[in-house]
Formats: sequence, structure tokens, C-alpha cells
Amino acid sequence: MSANFYYGIEVFLNGMMAGVLYSLVALGFVLIFKASGIFNYAQGVMALFAALTLVGFQNGQIPFSHLINAVFGTNIHHFGWHMPAILAIILTLLVMILFAYLVEKYVLKHLVNQEPIILFMATIGLAYFMEGFGDLMWGADIKKLDVGLPQGGNVWLEEHTAFLGGPDFYGFYLDNLDMWATVFAGLLVVSLVLFSQYTKTGRALRAVADDHQAALSVGISLRAIWVIVWSIAGFVALVAGIMWGSKSGVQFSLSLIALKALPVLMLGGFTSIPGAIVGGLIIGVGEKMFEFLIGVPYLGGATENWFAYMLALLFLVFRPQGLFGEKIIERV
Amino acid sequence: MKLTKLAAIAVAATVAAGPVLADLVFPSLDYRTGPYAANGIPFADGYADYFALVNARDGGIGGVPAKVVACETGYNTEKGVECYESTKGQGALVYQPLSTGITYQLIPKATADGIPVHSMGYGRTSAANGKVFRNIFNYPANYWNGASIAVNHILAEEGGDVKGKTIALVYHNSAYGKEPIRTLEELSKKHGFKLSLLAVDHPGQEQKSQWLQIRREKPDYVLMWGWGVMNQVAIQEAANIRFPMDHFIGIWWSGSENDTLPAGDGANGYKALNMHNVGSDFPLYADLKTHVYDAGNAAGAGDQSGTVLYNRGMYAAMLAVEAAKTAQEMHGTANITPAMMRDGMENLVIDEAKMAALGMPNFGPSFSVSCENHGGPGLGVVQQWDAAAKSWSLITDFGPSDMEVIGALIAEDSAAFAAENNITEGCN
Repeated sequence: MSANFYYGIEVFLNGMMAGVLYSLVALGFVLIFKASGIFNYAQGVMALFAALTLVGFQNGQIPFSHLINAVFGTNIHHFGWHMPAILAIILTLLVMILFAYLVEKYVLKHLVNQEPIILFMATIGLAYFMEGFGDLMWGADIKKLDVGLPQGGNVWLEEHTAFLGGPDFYGFYLDNLDMWATVFAGLLVVSLVLFSQYTKTGRALRAVADDHQAALSVGISLRAIWVIVWSIAGFVALVAGIMWGSKSGVQFSLSLIALKALPVLMLGGFTSIPGAIVGGLIIGVGEKMFEFLIGVPYLGGATENWFAYMLALLFLVFRPQGLFGEKIIERV
Repeated sequence: MKLTKLAAIAVAATVAAGPVLADLVFPSLDYRTGPYAANGIPFADGYADYFALVNARDGGIGGVPAKVVACETGYNTEKGVECYESTKGQGALVYQPLSTGITYQLIPKATADGIPVHSMGYGRTSAANGKVFRNIFNYPANYWNGASIAVNHILAEEGGDVKGKTIALVYHNSAYGKEPIRTLEELSKKHGFKLSLLAVDHPGQEQKSQWLQIRREKPDYVLMWGWGVMNQVAIQEAANIRFPMDHFIGIWWSGSENDTLPAGDGANGYKALNMHNVGSDFPLYADLKTHVYDAGNAAGAGDQSGTVLYNRGMYAAMLAVEAAKTAQEMHGTANITPAMMRDGMENLVIDEAKMAALGMPNFGPSFSVSCENHGGPGLGVVQQWDAAAKSWSLITDFGPSDMEVIGALIAEDSAAFAAENNITEGCN
């Protein structure tokens, strides 16, 4: 086999890894949409906020220090500690749970029974609020995120596969961080499926997702469910923030990762957890293979975003509910 | 009667709300929020701090206080234009749009309004031809100079011969990122290297395809025209595939601490171009400490001092102040107008003696501006990142660019602009 054949396989594998990273973002959207019918525009900003909080805790940064210094004329910035990653992750998770509680109490509670577009607009407002709040709390500088995950290409894999394609093939390149992201995404999906299938709360979540009114009538608290589901989405956002933040540093453009999730959602469906994963893999592999086989040789490259949205559009035309989404039947 | 009273109140209110006419107004189109805030903040801080220093130490420019009017653009072109429209009536002397997109929008507007624009190291490259772009200045260097300086550095590294070598350009897939392509194509013909182009879509968080291609094709050098998150991801990906970092050279917008710190040790040896010096080892910083920082007047959080982009903001402010001084001398008045400021910019002379007197010895190149050349000398330096010390240092002197190639491209592009807009070239 020629080196190009093996490079094609390499692109395919890297596309799968990229797809997993897209899925991580899409999962947060799916969870909230499934449970409440809200398309959460703030999901990308939640990933940013979670990552900012994590780094802030790790580095012992004093929240709102710039504001405190400006108001009181002090010069404080750090507590002087460096927190272990696991403790910082737990504390960040608690912050995301608090955030979910506050969102329910001050936003969602007041919008029950409103049109979906109103709820969507509320999440746009929430996104802008959180972005500004995150800036005020942790500052706008780019922060290095290190939770101990290995970075860089896997040398072992490179060395042990270099013999495959002759002198022009340098072995398969796979990023260690991407491989870890795949492991975490797998664990996350299995945990979410087990949670929703085999726990009382999980069954309540599914009941709310199926029919709000029916769930309410059997005594399920919609408000509690919303807090739980936003907390889980906050956790997913934290995982996505860690993975994407490790690649680029934690910075405000992290919120733009939501753009990568949209075609995944259109393809996989807004209501399916497996759909988010499979959709992510199809988008990831599709865009990378298209770029490798057609984009770079014939179109000058940079076709990935275009291809992802074109593929999603095609799916929308022929299967509007996405691959795994529930078909919407309105009875009059 | 009532109408007369109302009109009088309206006039009084307008006068009260307007600026103090004696102030020299320098709008600052900041972006302290949004995805590019990390880069916008240090530039804006440096720009504001230099004017604060001039006011505190020198009593203003020619005895007239300078007033910086900040307007948040969020690096958004529409907001940038809104900022221009909302501040131009305050007596704005010069605009530094700090965005190629905003610059393109302001070129016709500012020209019609008679207000000069200084797009230092960005914007429309052919604006260097002052015979066509009478109100637009892009000294001391532009993107095409940058492309040539990078190739000259590679030539120097390769003993003057790059025939048969491959140079890849990883670029932001936008008007900004595409700017150097034409110049690099001409230079590849001239020097015999192969040019490989790799576009990265905005915002650049996902670049796996591009770096797998680089790993496959093994170019001898990689140049980068990136901004924001694209820079950090590219440097991390280059480190991941173990690309030799001293063969990876970014434009000056891909060469700040923000770009290299996230990659940690992996960024060691990465190079970038610059149009000014780096660090805080200049007498000017002692003045800043005395008159600005210790007085509690530092802009922003006061934590950007000495960074690459802070120095760039300060350098831009220094060039604006020196142009204003030139305008004051030329026209014999301290209260200059935008038209006088334009004259000052067109007759600006920056030499080593002047920079040393300002506490900035060897901070930037010596140059003079003329009607024919609004772009300056096109000199630049190469800086290199030391990951252990977490600092940049210059590894070359200010070197020239290939004006034979660039001059022809500027003439061609500006002539096309002049034809499209019915502009008669000239220096009247």
C-alpha cells in the first residue's frame, strides 16, 4: 500500500478524534434540549466559564481581583496556593451546580410556559451575561490549562507503524490529548446512559423529556429536574472546556466551540445522546476526509466548516429530525 | 418665546456635552471584550499609558493636553465603524483602527472626512502609496514588508540560497490572512522556493488537517499569518508534531506572549517578526513608573507593562504624539486640526536621536514619511521565544524588505484602487 493510503487512514482516525471533541460540546446542548426544549445558546460560554473557573481555582486566583483593586485601591491577585487539579475540578463542578440553581431560580422559573423562542432569547442574554461575568471574575488574559493530561503526538504509535507505508510514511500520528478526550467522552456517554436508564432521577429526566405535563401530574418537580439537567450540562461543559482549553489555553474564543456543535446537532438530532456522538464522528471524519481528498488538492483548502454545514443541511432536507432525533408529529 | 428658550437650552447643552476644544483628541478603538480581548487589552493599555505620561510629564503635546477617547469595538467591524462615527465629531485627530476589517471600512469615510488613519502593520498594504491614499498611513512596515522580511531571514539562515526549499504559509482564511500571498508568490519566483498555502478557517481552534498536511509534506519553513486563538493552536500543533520551532516564523500579530505561553516548553525557539523592540529595558519605563503607574493612573489593570503588544500600543502612541508635534511646528499652532495632523504625519521624521531623547533608544527603526511613501522604510526585526525565561528577545537588527518586489505590487494595487475610485494620483 502507498504512503498516501496510510495517510488517508491517519486522517480518518484524526477525524474521529476531532468528532469526539465536537460531540463533547454537542452533548451539553442535547441534554438541555431533551429535558426542557430549550436550545441553550449559552452552552459554549458555559464551557468557557467552567474552564476559567477551573484555572482560577488551580492557580489560586482571587475572583474579581481587578474590580476589588480598582474600587479599594488594593493590589491583590492571588491567594498564593496551587490547587491540585482534582480538587479544582470538584470545586468547579460545585460552582456549575450553583450556576444551574441560579439560572433556574432567576431565569427559567419566570419563563415557564413561554414560547421556545423566548427561552432561546433568554439563553442568548445568559451567554452575554456569563461572558462579561467571567471576564470580571477571572480576567481576559489567556490562561494555560494543565490538569495533567499528556499533550503531543503518541511517539510509540508513530514508531511502531512507520514501517507500513515505505520511506514516505512517518507512522500514524494521533494526539495523546485527543485519545484521552475519546476515553472521557466514552465514559461520559456510558455514565449518562446508565444514569438515565437505571436511576430514579434519570427516569424522571426521561419522563420530563417525553411529556412535561404528564411528568408534573405524577409529582415530578420540573424545577428540580431543570436544576439537575443544567448541572449535568455544566459538567459536560467543564469536560469540553478542559479538552478544548488544553489545546489552545483558556481564552474567550473558547465560547466559539459552540459553532462546531451545531452541524453535529443538525445531523445527530437535538434529542439524542448517541446521536450527538455518532453525529460528531460523522462530521469529524467527513470534514477531514473531504479536506484531504478534495479540499486541499482541488479547492485550496479550508473546506472543513463549509463541508460540515453542507452535510448537516443535506440531512436536514432529507431527515429534519436528524439521524437519531424523535420525529415530531403534531396532532390537531 | 418657548421655542427660543428651548433652542437656547439645546445649544447650551450641546456646548456643555462637547469636548474641551483645547484638548487634542486621540480616539482609541479598543477591544477589551470578546474573543480577541487578550490581545486588545495590552495594546489599548500601552496606547493610553503613553498619552497619560505625555500629559503628566510634559503637560501635554505642545502644552495642550491629549485626550484619549476610548470606544469598544470588540474587534467587530460594524462596531468599529460605529465608534468612528460617534467619536469623529469630538475633534478626532487620528484613528488607529487596530483591525484590518475596520481599516478597510474607514478608508473611504476618513478620506471624505479629512481625518488621517494610521494602520500600523495592518490594513490595506497599498495605502503606503500616499499619492492615492492621502489620509491613510501604515508606517513603519506593512504585511508585504513582513512577508519579505521573513523570507530574507530564511535566506540568511540558508546561506542565501533557498532554491528547491519549501515554505508553507499557514494563514487565517480572511482578507488579513491572504495579504502576504501575492508577495510570497513573487518572492518564490525570484528565489526559487516552493510555496505551499494552508488556509485555516476562523477562528482557528481546529487545525488538525493543516498540521497533518505539514507533517506529511515536511516543508523546510512554516510562516504564519494568524490572530487570536489561531496562533495558540498553531504553535501547540507545531510542537505536537515536533516541527522544528526555529523554522516556524509568525507575522508580528502572531508574536506576543499570549501566543506562546499556553504551549509551555513546546513553544521554545518559535520566531516572530516585529516592527519595534521588546521588553521594558528602556528609560521610558522609569518615567512611566514615576508619572503613571505610581500615580495610580495606569490603564486597565496595570498588569501589561513590558509585553509585546503593550509596547506596540505605546509605540503607536509615540508616533502619533511625534506627528502631532510636527504638525504644531509646521502650522505654528498648538491646537491642530485633523488636516494639520495629516500634514504632521506626512512629514514625520523619526531618528535614533529623537527616540533616545524620548527614552526609547533603538526601540524602532529610523524613518521618514513623505507624500509618496506613507508606509515608511519597511524595516523589521525577528524575535525568538525563550520558554524557560518566558520572554522574547530580538535575534536580528532591523532589516530591510525587498522593495523592488513590494514597490511594484503597491504601485499596481494602488493604481487599481485609484481607477476604481476616480482618484488622480498626486501630491498636491
